[in-house]
Amino acid sequence: MTRWGMVIDLDKCFACQSCTAACRMENNTPVAGPDQAERERTILWNEVLPFEEGEYPNVTLTFIPRPCQHCDNPPCVKVCPVQATYIDEEGIVLVDYNRCIGCRFCTVACPYQVRYFNWYAPEWPEELKEHLNPDPEVAPRPKGVVEKCTFCVQRRRKAREQAEAEGRPFNPTDFIPACVQTCTGKARYFGDLDDPNSLVAKLAKSPRAFRLQEEMGTEPKVYYLKQG
Amino acid sequence: MMDRTYQESELERTVLSPLRQTSPQFWLAMAVLGAVFLWGAVMLVRQWILGLGVTGLNRPVYWGIYLANFVFFIGISHAGTLISAILRVTQAEWRRPITRIAEAITFFALILGLLQIWIDMGRPERVFYPLIYGRFQSPFLWDFTCIGVYLLSSTLYLYLPMIPDLARMRDHMTDAPAWRRRLYTLLALGWHGSHEQHRRLEKAISIMAILIIPIAVSVHTVVSWIFGMTMQPMWHSTIMGPYFVVGAIFSGIAMLFIFMTIIRRAWHLEKWIGPKQYNYLGILLLVMSAFWAYFTLSEYLTTGYGSIIHEQEVLHAKLSEEYAPWFWAMLICNFVIPFAILVWRKGRTPTGTFIAALAIAVGMWIERFTIVAPSLTRPSLGFEKVLYAPTITEVAITAGSVAFFAILFLLFFKIFPAISVWEVEEGEAIEVVHRQAEALARQKAILTGS
Ligand code: SF4
Repeated sequence: MTRWGMVIDLDKCFACQSCTAACRMENNTPVAGPDQAERERTILWNEVLPFEEGEYPNVTLTFIPRPCQHCDNPPCVKVCPVQATYIDEEGIVLVDYNRCIGCRFCTVACPYQVRYFNWYAPEWPEELKEHLNPDPEVAPRPKGVVEKCTFCVQRRRKAREQAEAEGRPFNPTDFIPACVQTCTGKARYFGDLDDPNSLVAKLAKSPRAFRLQEEMGTEPKVYYLKQG
Repeated sequence: MMDRTYQESELERTVLSPLRQTSPQFWLAMAVLGAVFLWGAVMLVRQWILGLGVTGLNRPVYWGIYLANFVFFIGISHAGTLISAILRVTQAEWRRPITRIAEAITFFALILGLLQIWIDMGRPERVFYPLIYGRFQSPFLWDFTCIGVYLLSSTLYLYLPMIPDLARMRDHMTDAPAWRRRLYTLLALGWHGSHEQHRRLEKAISIMAILIIPIAVSVHTVVSWIFGMTMQPMWHSTIMGPYFVVGAIFSGIAMLFIFMTIIRRAWHLEKWIGPKQYNYLGILLLVMSAFWAYFTLSEYLTTGYGSIIHEQEVLHAKLSEEYAPWFWAMLICNFVIPFAILVWRKGRTPTGTFIAALAIAVGMWIERFTIVAPSLTRPSLGFEKVLYAPTITEVAITAGSVAFFAILFLLFFKIFPAISVWEVEEGEAIEVVHRQAEALARQKAILTGS
């Protein structure tokens, strides 16, 4: 069984945020507008977070791109009262928008703040509306439900369909999420962690590899390669 | 059938008189409360139409005042259990005139508490999904279950001891409007006060009194586990369960003081709800205040003495940063003011306890708020800190909820008697027998010449 995972090399990432933009176009996340952004309500499934360390003048700034960590032991799935958020058989944590009651228990339980809430009905400026991704799987979410990074499951579905149409078995290298495809610094890798020969599996074993807040026991499937 | 020879006792006349006539002050209070309620209701409908964006919530402060209200209301629902169940089980005679008020608080507070969860939902129309798709691994399901059981059992617990009084009203309130007479007849379940009926009723009440204690404890424990089961700094703590239960009983008694003083004044029940109740219950409130302070100290000292970074940040937010005014106000309201008033015998009067209870009601709401919000403003994944300021919508809905609670409570006691008449009479009878027994014993002692 495939266990999808991602590796992000922080040495190569230069925080250009194209991944954030690509994710938005691929997954139809709404435009918050300046006043909502001011109130910390932007929806960015793949945010590039700044971490400041030290005191002036010795300050270092690290940027960490943060998609959903797709934990093997996800705290959000545990607390959901209606099983609206669940982990699929290939380890991807998903939200059923038709089921979610909007209690936001999962959003407070997630230690990585990867989950976003639709405070209002989603909106786009006219010019952007024409460019929405037509895939029904990423149709705009209604107000009042939670959403988050899915490792672009719609691409996985399409790749499967394609493989089937071509009459060949589906291969884990057949698809990559939009952020990985776009990454300007080629800092992101995606693939099957259970296949010992895959690039991600090898990189995840690198001495530079670490995961965010590993001490929480959440077992994330997103690995980072240390800077420097 | 009206018994024309029947003479109402003073107790019965006084207790039933507010059910017969309504004073202009009552209507005035209703009008004011109704206006506040309407304001909240309008803002709630607006929130449903527009979305939760009309609140001050954001990422990562996903929970705010509504959750604080939820914990607060469920907390005050412990008034009923404690007073009536514990005091019934321990046979404290002075409980008799105040049990019904306490039980009514429980009932309405639970309804208001559940309402807060509904108000907080992003998709309120999916409110029954937890019934259909519920997962028991989620602490929310534990909450729904325990609160549901508690609501059912406290309804029963409010209803059972009312049956003899309902029968009395069926028989004697012949001047009441027809719908109310029908209601009394229906609810009285053919009670005619036979020995067998009494025996069964007493048995049922005493079983319920014992059962309801663990249920009540479970309710506030699982409420605390909503927070305790997450890994958020200063939520993930084993003290949460007992701390919440203590706070619940504490705020429940305070609420009882507030409402029993209001009802006593407005319904003229001074003769039955008197110094004894204020004194004893005042001592209980004082003890709970001390317990609360002890738990607070344990929690904050343990956190402060350690040096876990994320917890320290939340602690500082409460002690010295933006939540400091709330935190210190909470300590003053929950500990300093009650202690200053209640340690003195002269302080445990209706006025004194009323002031202390008001302070505690405010203080305990703040306590709930400073548990919910600060932890979320300092998430463990080194974010910049985020602020949360409630909006007018949240204020209106909160005020509306409090008004709704008061309306339900007052209306209830316009239809049903505020004092359990038969239980007080029973208490008086027991007193008389006691006195006679004492007199007999004294006589015997004289006769035997000892
Ligand atoms: S907000 Fe939705 S997905 Fe999250 S816990 Fe509640 S019901 Fe589940």
